[in-house]
Amino acid sequence: MEAFTQITLNHYLALSGILFMIGMIGVMMRRNIIVIYMSLELMLNAANLALVSFSRFSAVPKLDGHIMVFLIITVAAAEVAVGLALIVALYRLKQTTNTGDLTSLKF
Amino acid sequence: MEAITFWILAIGLIAAAWSVILQRNPVASALSLVAGFILLGILFLTLNSSFLMMVQIIVYAGAVMVLFLFIIMLLDLKTEEKRPVPYLRLAVALLIAAIFGGFFFSALQAVPNGHKVLSWSQPVPHVDAGEIGQLLFSKYVLPFEITGVLLLVATIGVIVLSKKEIK
Repeated sequence: MEAFTQITLNHYLALSGILFMIGMIGVMMRRNIIVIYMSLELMLNAANLALVSFSRFSAVPKLDGHIMVFLIITVAAAEVAVGLALIVALYRLKQTTNTGDLTSLKF
Repeated sequence: MEAITFWILAIGLIAAAWSVILQRNPVASALSLVAGFILLGILFLTLNSSFLMMVQIIVYAGAVMVLFLFIIMLLDLKTEEKRPVPYLRLAVALLIAAIFGGFFFSALQAVPNGHKVLSWSQPVPHVDAGEIGQLLFSKYVLPFEITGVLLLVATIGVIVLSKKEIK
């Protein structure tokens, strides 16, 4: 019962692990490239949650985790902009966002 | 109180995440992801980091998701037609995720202060934007500047990619 009423660092880490797993399943299972991108964002956010909770529960109060999350959010925003531009360029070329139809590199 | 808030947020977050990867309509996926980001922002707040909650909601739930919805509407993606469920791929994905989960949860046993209990009443050092900014411009000034260069590269890259013809 104590596991339900007392929230510890492990609870937050487990939640972040579960989120990461869901994102991973999404990346491997889905064929729509935009949904794959969204799953990637989910995985990045799971990592952010782990960093923030480590920062909050550390014995010596430190803000380094917050800085890292801040930088990850910035990089993720840049990554989304480039990725979506790539998807638009791809759509112009092939008229599809389904990874099953993009097989020109298949040997 | 901590426990109730955590469980509500955790269940909502997991439901939103499942909804992102299971919806056939990409717009519905994107809206679930917005809900997930907002819930994650509130989770950041329970961890005493209000600044990151604001950044999360402004950058992720605001800017990034508007970009996603914009592209989905621009490409006019319809709901995927019903295809046969790819059982093999689903099984492989679940297997890999289960292996990852197994390693992850066994690694949790070794976290040094993993059983430290969260309590809102116990005093914690106040985290505000000023302190984060100070650290960002002193100890982490090099990563900060590299991030600035990265944003510039991304901007130029997007402009080049979205030109009609690349010469």
